[in-house]
Amino acid sequence: MTRTTQWVYGWLLLLPAMALLVLFTHYPAVATLWHSFFSTPKGSRPVVFVGADNYRQLVEDPIFWQALANNIWYAVGTIVPSIVIALLMAVWVNERIPGRGVLRLAYFTPTILPMIAVANIWLFFYTPEYGLLEKFLGWFGAPSQNWLGSKSTALAALMVVTIWKEAGFFMIFYLAALQSMSPHLAEAAAIEGASRWYFFRRVTFPLLMPTTLFVLVNAVINAFRLVDHIVVMTRGGPDNATALLLYYVYEIGFRFWDSAYAAALTMVLLAVLGLVALAQFFFLERKVHYQ
Amino acid sequence: MNTMVYEPRGFTRSLETGAAWLLGFLWVLPLLYAFWTAFHPPEFSTRFDLTAPLTLDNFARAWSAAPFARYCFNTVLLVTMVLGAQLVLVTLAAYAFARFEFPGRNVLFALVLVQLMVMPDVLIVENYRTMTALGLKDTILAIGLPYMASAFGIFLLRQTFKGVPRELDEAARVEGCTPLQVLWKVYVPLARPTYLAYALVSVSYHWNNFLWPLIITNSVESRPVTVGLQVFSATDQGIDWSIITAATLLTSAPLLVAFLLFQRQFVQSFMRAGIR
Repeated sequence: MTRTTQWVYGWLLLLPAMALLVLFTHYPAVATLWHSFFSTPKGSRPVVFVGADNYRQLVEDPIFWQALANNIWYAVGTIVPSIVIALLMAVWVNERIPGRGVLRLAYFTPTILPMIAVANIWLFFYTPEYGLLEKFLGWFGAPSQNWLGSKSTALAALMVVTIWKEAGFFMIFYLAALQSMSPHLAEAAAIEGASRWYFFRRVTFPLLMPTTLFVLVNAVINAFRLVDHIVVMTRGGPDNATALLLYYVYEIGFRFWDSAYAAALTMVLLAVLGLVALAQFFFLERKVHYQ
Repeated sequence: MNTMVYEPRGFTRSLETGAAWLLGFLWVLPLLYAFWTAFHPPEFSTRFDLTAPLTLDNFARAWSAAPFARYCFNTVLLVTMVLGAQLVLVTLAAYAFARFEFPGRNVLFALVLVQLMVMPDVLIVENYRTMTALGLKDTILAIGLPYMASAFGIFLLRQTFKGVPRELDEAARVEGCTPLQVLWKVYVPLARPTYLAYALVSVSYHWNNFLWPLIITNSVESRPVTVGLQVFSATDQGIDWSIITAATLLTSAPLLVAFLLFQRQFVQSFMRAGIR
């Protein structure tokens, strides 16, 4: 094949996928930036260039700051526990524990259910007075509590749902990594007299670093991308205590129909995702131990 | 067994087994609770009495209270359409990246990878504008279109195609195959496990997708089952939990059943899809 035919084939094969990618990923990302400098069309009022007005509004918007703070707390509060639990699950189902197959199934099942369905079930679970959680705590004489209706507990209650849904998913990757580890490592370490915990800390965990990085990046993206459960369970309330960035974008864009301000908010979201990408590229890749 | 020397023994072993089982129990508890409520009359929805009569009445009521049959049909249509388009687009693009030399290849590949971070899920405002301009609002096509060129799929398949021995490719060419025939006869058959993995991940993703379909649809004719469920539980019902949990299980049942039947493939597929 000549070089020119190679070129033509390469470009033609790419064309359909590239066209759709440009139309629904690259163009909208750029258009978001563009539209964030204009006003929202309202009735007969035309769109005008407003410069940084939308961003000024953003800086002065307490709900935005709260949504950002909520999202950061939500990210930290879901990522760390779900990774720890996932690792624990993987170690357990990798051992010859009785009923390993059933356990693996139990851990993994929440992953394949729709978040929206899961949210409905958890909504019921958390219901004041009727819910299972209330009943259970009631046996211990704990006072009734509106988990999703109180500002101090609502976000934590949502985090629990996310951890529950994600841990089994992350477990799979750890399990795959554990199963591909050479048994000689453990044998050699045992001969050297390393304790189990020492072996885990100094050998297993460092070798799992690429998996941890992969899971971490996924978890961060999910923390900013997935707000289905918020729509079902709290609608951002009470008093914006559970408003996350994307949910706030949805609310501004599709309930108040302020598309220009929603564009400015989306830019923040894109900036966060861009930072994640940069961090992954420049910082984490170097610290990871590859086999 | 690879960590055999460090398998726990004696008391530690029992302790760990107990903890693992307790965690497993906690993990299925919300589901068991939903099953209990859905299969028992409303008066038993929060009362745990082993003698409570079983019933399918809640499912019947949910099914007749909202057009779930239509919603399910829409979802099946959506998932099939998205997967079909993805398989074609992703295969062609991955082949180009894996086996052709052309200017701009690395830049274009980097542009594809952008979608791994900036997913259509967060570009809802602009994509809504685009769909309105294209006159596609409130159609099933509009739900699927932003996801059809999947960076994840291109990446995954490119890796697989790169692992195909060059000799096979060249042998097929010597036989007189055109590049597209080589793709079809050599690469696609060898990548079958990857295709299966990708298909399962894609189907479960799009079956479960919610926010974008919620925004872009507003009629029974185009709503997928997730949005239908939300509309149903938010408006039609007060707080009749029996019927809501029944509807919830109804909407997740196809995936759940498929998962239980093909458990091994599912788990392996998710593993394969995650290892880069």
